[in-house]
Amino acid sequence: MAMTKAQGVSVTLRNIGLAFGTNVVLRDIDLDIEPGEFFAFLGPSGSGKSTLLRLIAGFGPAPSGELSIGGQNVTHLAPWKRRVGMVFQNYALWPHMTVRRNVAFGLEERKLPTAEIRKRVQAALEVVGLSEYADRRPAQLSGGQQQRVALARTIVVEPRVLLLDEPLSNLDASLRVRMRREIRELQQRLGITTIFVTHDQEEANTIADRMAVLNDGILQQVGSPMDLYDRPKNRFVAQFLGTANLIAGTLVETSGGSLFRSSDAIEIPLAGGSAGKATSHAMFRPQDLRILGREETITQGELLLTGSIRDREFLGNLIRYSVALGERDILVDDGHQMGSPAYAVGASIEMALDPAQVRILDA
Amino acid sequence: MPSRVQWGPASVGLTLAIFLAAFLVVPVLKVIFVAFQDPHTGSFTLVNFQDFFRTSLFRESFWNSLYVAGMSVMLASIIAVPLAYFTTRFNFGGSILIQTLGVIPLIMPPFVGAVAMQLLFGSNGSVNLLLDEHFGFTVPFMDGLNGVILVESIHYFPFILTNLAASLANIDRSLEESAQNLGASGLRLFRRVVFPLAMPGYIAGASLVFLKVFDDLGTPLLLNVNKMLAPQAYLRISSIGITDPMGYVIAVMLVLFSMFSLWASFLAFRGRDYSSVQKGGGGLLKRDLRPWEKTGAYLVILLILAFVLAPHIGLLLLSFGTVWSYAVLPDGFTLDHYLRVFETSSQYVTNTLLYAGLAATIDVILGTAIAYIVWRTGLRGRTWLDYIATAALAVPGVVLGIGYLRIFLGWEVPFSGQPLAAWWVILVIALSVRRLPYALRACVAALQQVSVTLEEAAENLGATKLRTVWRIVVPLMSGGILAGFVTSFATASVELSATLMLVGQQSDAPLSYGIYVFMQSAAGRGPGAALGIIAVVIEGLGTYLSHRVIERGRRMRTADRIVAETVLGVE
Repeated sequence: MAMTKAQGVSVTLRNIGLAFGTNVVLRDIDLDIEPGEFFAFLGPSGSGKSTLLRLIAGFGPAPSGELSIGGQNVTHLAPWKRRVGMVFQNYALWPHMTVRRNVAFGLEERKLPTAEIRKRVQAALEVVGLSEYADRRPAQLSGGQQQRVALARTIVVEPRVLLLDEPLSNLDASLRVRMRREIRELQQRLGITTIFVTHDQEEANTIADRMAVLNDGILQQVGSPMDLYDRPKNRFVAQFLGTANLIAGTLVETSGGSLFRSSDAIEIPLAGGSAGKATSHAMFRPQDLRILGREETITQGELLLTGSIRDREFLGNLIRYSVALGERDILVDDGHQMGSPAYAVGASIEMALDPAQVRILDA
Repeated sequence: MPSRVQWGPASVGLTLAIFLAAFLVVPVLKVIFVAFQDPHTGSFTLVNFQDFFRTSLFRESFWNSLYVAGMSVMLASIIAVPLAYFTTRFNFGGSILIQTLGVIPLIMPPFVGAVAMQLLFGSNGSVNLLLDEHFGFTVPFMDGLNGVILVESIHYFPFILTNLAASLANIDRSLEESAQNLGASGLRLFRRVVFPLAMPGYIAGASLVFLKVFDDLGTPLLLNVNKMLAPQAYLRISSIGITDPMGYVIAVMLVLFSMFSLWASFLAFRGRDYSSVQKGGGGLLKRDLRPWEKTGAYLVILLILAFVLAPHIGLLLLSFGTVWSYAVLPDGFTLDHYLRVFETSSQYVTNTLLYAGLAATIDVILGTAIAYIVWRTGLRGRTWLDYIATAALAVPGVVLGIGYLRIFLGWEVPFSGQPLAAWWVILVIALSVRRLPYALRACVAALQQVSVTLEEAAENLGATKLRTVWRIVVPLMSGGILAGFVTSFATASVELSATLMLVGQQSDAPLSYGIYVFMQSAAGRGPGAALGIIAVVIEGLGTYLSHRVIERGRRMRTADRIVAETVLGVE
């Protein structure tokens, strides 16, 4: 295995903005990606995540702001001078060239000696496990194999940064999980700074060290997957990463500390003093609620909520109830095992909520 | 669209613009300008147009041209509509025959077959001799304008056939079925649903036929029908001289009507993408023919086939015949004509290969460059390159020829001192300008099949724009480029109208010119026909090759209607 561990470089975005004509697609993006980090851009379609990735590679309209790779300002550098490797969503393998020639392309453009090219192509194909397929054409390969060729073609030139544009979206479910692990392993082995674009939060959660959530061309929040799931800053992040119950209300200060009060007077005492705005949203996840059995009661500090079941969905490992609580419906997850009780639609239930699990959102 | 300044593409774009301006826009504008210029004072005037309409010869020519073009559309429709209908509505083996019918006429330029048609259908031709002998009457197939109409419509009906058949094939059967479901059937169904949906295809084909016939110079000249616009323009310029304003006035008329018919065909399709075939659907409901219907259909097809093959058969007979006059068939057969052609006139063939080869090379280079600039760069005004290059379709060869003669009048070839307009290189440029629209469409279609990410991947791996074009874009476009080359080559090799105007001396003349010269005299007909057969073989091979290239491309998932249209856009 001749592929060597690279020295990762940082990627810094300062005040990046971008527009297609009058249509603004990215606004004021500030982001620091650490050397050697596996970073994900996560967002719904149209959020600007692919545009941001392409911008780093040098494609698309010229942006405003400043983009640095490894401390070098590359904002206006031509794509072919950037030394960032990109794997395209559709792989973009050249159909008129064999696998070997596809992989050799970047080295040939760098005018390396033929012997060196042969050696490095061989090594890259070994890394992705496609040595026997070197003389096939892309059309003769399966989707997963094409994906690997695209990866080999990119890493063989030892780019400073590896960019992956939804690389798993064209694969079927089981292959996706396998490729996900392979890509992660390869990244760890090469130590290369990698940015991964996806709309699938599970993909981002499992693969990325940190991620940035984008919506409407605006960076919503940056952090580790668990961090973002547990402490979303706003409603978009809370709802995009998993299922969230949101309750609108106001923060009030009482003698006993801060209190969140909803419009229909559900009151949630807050542990730490929250410095949020006067009107805000309280968020908790369906699994933060515990349905109380006949004999059960709440423990010290827990909040008792009562509602009636409107609807239920059986999801296998759990049953998700939609419960009418005051003016709204909330979702409650109840873990399922064989023999555990299932509540009927219309039944009235009691639930316990630990106020420590309730997050007050900024927006 | 990258907004960084693109110096490379900008300089290429500028070069293309200068080429198109110098060899297409300026010559045509000059012709129009001179038409409105007083020949003595040089000031603006309409007097030339008044003179034109005051001269009975020109008035007659004008009406004759309109009449011939209109009647040719009629006759071509009568041939094409039943054929299109047969292929799209019924299941029967004759479809292959019909597809063949759609190609055969295109591999012979109409003027080549004209003389042969006279020998077969003329007042003393084979058919009339037979009719007179057995039934005691004759039919004036080839008398005067009739001859032009017959030859032109036999040659150009495939335009209507293919466009109409494509339109019909694009109608999804669900549209027909929902009309039936809502209570329409039979003729009513045809009139209210099928006919309107197929109309754009018909109009597009018909306006192309009109344009081609209206502009054609060779056919009327060879049939000795001079009282039409294109021949008049040619005769005025060649007999009276390049300063005679009437030639220019006629040229303006030709351009106007060509523009009009081209515009009509664009209009027919604009905002009417009626292509409605759904996944898994496909075409109108086809039904089997009853035996008597099948017999009728085959009779119609065979009759048309006989007419369509007539010029080819006639030309073949003529090229091998000894004396053929007042007889059903030539008196005897010989190889002498071919021998004579190879001994004395082989320069026609070599010139043609050289000129058409150069013109086609220029065309695919220009076509690739224009396609790339229009579809892959953000250069301002880039679409104008496409528009202007395509507008060459509406410039008749006579007009381009007059324009070149006028513009390059008084210029000399560097070093040799020969007049520039008579230099063979100018003829090559004229041919390439005339055939550029075909090559361009093939190149555009090919480029559109190349995904932009394939180029981005190359740039990402360190290839500059130019390297990317060279290593990725051109190889992936090669099928389309080859098809464009072959189409340009085949059609340029039989171009006559600009050729007639621009050939300076016999030794520089190509095939088409040679055929024209030979066919002028009775003694030259045999060798002329032999040259004609050579031209047919060249064009037939070309058409076959481009068909093969396109079929291969189509199998490689590049089905594209535009390319098919390009192949059919043959003069």
